[in-house]
Amino acid sequence: MSATPAAQTSRAPGAAFIFKKALISALVALVLFSLMIGVRTEAGPQGQLIYWTRFGDLAVMVAAVFGGSIVVELLRQWWRPVDTVRIVPPSVQSTLAVARRAIAPVLLVFTFLVPVLFYDERYILDLGILVLTYVMLGWGLNVVVGLAGLLDLGYVAFYAVGAYSYALLATNFGLSFWVCLPLAGILAAFWGVLLGFPVLRLRGDYLAIVTLAFGEIIRLVIINWQSLTGGPNGVTGIPRPTLFGIPLTPGDDGLAAMLGIEFSPTHRIVFLFYLILALALLTNWVTIRLRRLPIGRAWEALREDEVACRALGINTTTTKLTAFATGALFGGLAGAFFATRQGFISPESFTFHESALVLAIVVLGGMGSQLGVALAALAMIGGFELFRGLDQYRMLVFGMAMVLLMIWRPRGLIGHRAPTVFLKHSQAISSDLVKEGHG
Amino acid sequence: MDYFAQQLINGLVLGSIYGLIAIGYTMVYGIVGMINFAHGDIFMIGGFIALITFLILVSFGLTAIPLILLVVLLVSMAITALYGWTVERIAYRPLRHSFRLAPMLSAIGMSFVLTNYSQVAQGARVKPVPPIITGGYTLHEGAGGFVVQLSNIQIIVVITTIVLLALFTWLVSSTRLGRDMRACEQDQTMASLLGVDVDRTISMTFVIGAALAAVAGMMYLLYYGLVDFFMGFVAGIKAFTAAVLGGIGSLPGAMLGGLLIGLIETLWSAYFSVEYKDVAAFSILIVVLIFLPTGLLGRPEVEKV
Repeated sequence: MSATPAAQTSRAPGAAFIFKKALISALVALVLFSLMIGVRTEAGPQGQLIYWTRFGDLAVMVAAVFGGSIVVELLRQWWRPVDTVRIVPPSVQSTLAVARRAIAPVLLVFTFLVPVLFYDERYILDLGILVLTYVMLGWGLNVVVGLAGLLDLGYVAFYAVGAYSYALLATNFGLSFWVCLPLAGILAAFWGVLLGFPVLRLRGDYLAIVTLAFGEIIRLVIINWQSLTGGPNGVTGIPRPTLFGIPLTPGDDGLAAMLGIEFSPTHRIVFLFYLILALALLTNWVTIRLRRLPIGRAWEALREDEVACRALGINTTTTKLTAFATGALFGGLAGAFFATRQGFISPESFTFHESALVLAIVVLGGMGSQLGVALAALAMIGGFELFRGLDQYRMLVFGMAMVLLMIWRPRGLIGHRAPTVFLKHSQAISSDLVKEGHG
Repeated sequence: MDYFAQQLINGLVLGSIYGLIAIGYTMVYGIVGMINFAHGDIFMIGGFIALITFLILVSFGLTAIPLILLVVLLVSMAITALYGWTVERIAYRPLRHSFRLAPMLSAIGMSFVLTNYSQVAQGARVKPVPPIITGGYTLHEGAGGFVVQLSNIQIIVVITTIVLLALFTWLVSSTRLGRDMRACEQDQTMASLLGVDVDRTISMTFVIGAALAAVAGMMYLLYYGLVDFFMGFVAGIKAFTAAVLGGIGSLPGAMLGGLLIGLIETLWSAYFSVEYKDVAAFSILIVVLIFLPTGLLGRPEVEKV
């Protein structure tokens, strides 16, 4: 933001300048809000539209823009980009570097301890499960977008395929969760390959729109194929997961009875927590392993330069297909987990909004960075929860936060990454040097 | 045959609306190289502003339909254009030199903001208006009693689209601004070295795109008689599909893509199933892109090695 030439050359503007700028902003706001906020329409008793004016609200909004503009301008003067390397002493820097290295293990240990620490706090456990689901989705999409550089706007389709696979297999054939989980993953991966085929020749934005269209097609089919999926009503009565066949119920064959302890519904929540944690860590582990294998390096080569990649004899077809399939596999597993956690799924859970949210997590995390994705999921999902009380303003705030976060850190939270292979020392690579999403 | 002719007319009218929105996508893509995800919501805002202006004018006792339409058109174009300008200033200009995915995500964020802004400001319910323009012509009366009709509103939509398209083509090909726009499309750095104000040109691109989307919003309001806060998403995706189908970056392509999507959607609903019309439109997009990876009228991408 501060890198624009105008910001560098401009001198500190005076009060008159700030005032003038705020006045212009207020004027623009006045025009923008004049009809949308100053006038409110509603269908009257006879279905006839009526309107009434809300000039008070309009005045408040315009005044807020005026004041906000002054504050922003003052903040911009006060906050200048500082050369952190020069100001922060080396001793502190090395401590920071240690802290940075420690953050991932500390976070992991903390996550393991969450059900112990917050055993009585049902809300925190539920939130933890939600965050971990998005961490897993983020890591799954990271394979496609962050590693292979293929921009996928329809990732939620695989999530939906996994969820519906499990729901339908379990409710129609009575298969257990542990049989359905791999099946859901395989089915989703199959759909990933199916999507991969048409997009093999496409690049960049054409790829983006085809994946978006694919996600919408899956959603529309789910809504309209009522006899199979229950349409907009969704699938109900999805069986809860069992601990390898042992149900987590108060009955005589339940886990609590077998262990001889008192039954508590929290057991199931804790079990779900560790289940999604295990699934997420599996995603992470597989991704890190794959990155070191030839296929993972082929993905990264594809992301950097497809033409050079082909010239080196890398089969771009299999590279793209495996990337889509791997990403889809994890999406499908997460979907199956989602279905068993909710016990009910409907097409409403699989909208474009979800795809955008997961993509935002990946990009904000600093694509390709596993830690960054986890932090971004925590920030976005946890932050989103903070505004639960705001109700209808929640999405408004969320959208604004997305814009501001992108302006603040267009390269994501972790703007550098460790190289996959190196000769002697591993040097951090600035993400300015890598180009993602060019697929 | 008569039924087909009627569907053809309906499809062309719907396609004109899509085409008008698609131009906004294609223009921004051509110059900035970025998908403006908030464009569908700009279209929705245009519809809302047209609705509110119309209500106010009617409550003041104005009855001359042409005058009302003209005022509504100008007001909604002006205010919506300012929305386009503001969105560009807030969400895209700071990310101009950033890497590609950042402006796209801020555009998605902006789309959420606009959708929920109008939901908060105007409520979530559908806003119906009584038909403003009625009447039409009977083109053909078939043997089975089926009548092919061309309503006045359909004529207005198509004529407005043609006029705007002509105006817009003239703007791009013959004015200073159009020349600047084409220069920026080729090479922004070079254009700015040769004295083109790139920032201003990009702003103007958003302004013009938003104004055209506002016209589309108003036509949608007149044609379907309703607006709601969520209509921008679906219409936006369809128009974007149209832009890609025609070859993103190409203006005639956007119009052609719009007409095709409109026709496919209408004909599919008429002959197969209404539920799967969107599936049909998206499937055809995928099929076309498999064989023509840059759309129908798109220029093949040149890869630098």
